[in-house]
Amino acid sequence: MDLMEKNLELVEVQKLEGHTDRVWNVAWNPVSSSLLASCSGDNTVRIWQQSPLSRSWSCKAVLEETHTRTVRSCSWSPSGKLLATASFDGTTGIWEDFGDEFECISTLEGHENEVKSVSWNASGSYLATCSRDKSVWIWEVLGGNEYDCAAVLNGHTQDVKMVQWHPTMDVLFSCSYDNTIKVWWAEDDDGDYQCVQTLNESSNGHSSTVWAISFNATGDKMVTCSDDLTLKIWTADISMMHSGEGYAPWTHLCTLSGYHDRTIFSSHWSSDDIIASGAGDDAIGLFVDSEHDSVNGPSYNLLLKKEKAHEMDINSVQWSPSKENRLLASASDDGMVKIWQLETKP
Amino acid sequence: MNSLICLRLRLPPALLSLSLIELKSFCGRKKMVNGLINENPIVYEIKHRRDVRADSSSNTNELSVDAIDHLEVFDHIRDIKDPEHPYSLEQLKVLTEDSVEVDDSKSHVRVTFTPTVEHCSMATIIGLCVRVKLMRSLPRRYKIDIRVAPGTHATEAAVNKQLNDKERVAAALENPNLVEMVDECLSSSFE
Repeated sequence: MDLMEKNLELVEVQKLEGHTDRVWNVAWNPVSSSLLASCSGDNTVRIWQQSPLSRSWSCKAVLEETHTRTVRSCSWSPSGKLLATASFDGTTGIWEDFGDEFECISTLEGHENEVKSVSWNASGSYLATCSRDKSVWIWEVLGGNEYDCAAVLNGHTQDVKMVQWHPTMDVLFSCSYDNTIKVWWAEDDDGDYQCVQTLNESSNGHSSTVWAISFNATGDKMVTCSDDLTLKIWTADISMMHSGEGYAPWTHLCTLSGYHDRTIFSSHWSSDDIIASGAGDDAIGLFVDSEHDSVNGPSYNLLLKKEKAHEMDINSVQWSPSKENRLLASASDDGMVKIWQLETKP
Repeated sequence: MNSLICLRLRLPPALLSLSLIELKSFCGRKKMVNGLINENPIVYEIKHRRDVRADSSSNTNELSVDAIDHLEVFDHIRDIKDPEHPYSLEQLKVLTEDSVEVDDSKSHVRVTFTPTVEHCSMATIIGLCVRVKLMRSLPRRYKIDIRVAPGTHATEAAVNKQLNDKERVAAALENPNLVEMVDECLSSSFE
């Protein structure tokens, strides 16, 4: 599948209007790819649904009157039944889909100030949140809508921007205003989570705020993006971890620079290995593995750059889990959510 | 008056007994009621304003959209009030025409401001006021960068990073006390 050979373009499928302030984040439902959540500076979360007949998207629900400030990010549980929402009001909401409406069934409190991100682990048994209070919290999902704080992880020296669980193992990653990425792991099943690695400038890491982390499907590679205008690809020998031989450290694989001239706020790795980036230059970038290792190791090439994808900064890009076609959702300061399709030019 | 920038801090007698460390922490306080960070700022006479109406009357093509230049951007921010004193940022030379760099074709503006004191904790507030005023005044396509003039602030990199972190700015602007302070500084700027 040599994508570079094909003449591909990113076509706008639909523009979703409704939010009355900037949209910070979008999240596709992992189970029903016809459901999409978006969250905004207007303090609400919108659920968009695609009609099976007309194939067009419309707003199915507005989750409001719960968060009293910006909702910064949202994340569906692996089962697709729950939606977690992280807010500047310091709380994380857990919402359940009851078919015709969504209800906030629990509110997680504890952070001292704005919660920036929330992530579910692969099995849905843990949640992680992070905040400007510099900490990362792990919550255990108990039955009956109960959530218990399992750990408070300190280590970052500044505002933590995003948390992301590894796709196959219970290893937690966080990235921060302190320019580093931290890896948190509990060696024993009953053990405490510790910071087992910090990727900073000396590990070929970023030189400014790191905004996002995303893993490939197999979990042996990750991409991070930053205010330093670069994307970085990292790799680890995770088979070593799976076989219980201890922690396998992450190492820098390559740096993608010169593609965006403003902060890169989001990057997402698709299941078929296309990396999407969204930045403050209003553009979406798509990158693929060059498949031709140079003397210096593997490299990634720009597949295409969609200039002026939005009228203002792009805050979030996310590939749809749909196997049918390559759909990408983007969220922007212009208050819009857009759905794109990557297709061959006619 | 020559261009010597020499700050004479005329302190109330009680403060003269404080050690330098105590003085520094005193200057770092954000309270504005007692003990201003800069008790006696230098106030400059401002130059004559360009008459914007005279310029635009020569433009007979109604359909043309004038490119935004640095003078227009400066007009938006020159009257912002200093958070501590009843003077504008222009009068205190925190901002000058040269503070503003504009590239209209790239929709980019950069403002470089000079705090009156090196340890000024008001620097973040001033930077925030400039950003808010420009966000409200310029077309939304504009990308705005704010920074302190290199070498004029003790924690320059830290201040610049905060001022240019969009998420931090957004969260700060949800704080009603801070918004009130910013609006107060901007109130004269809208007249």
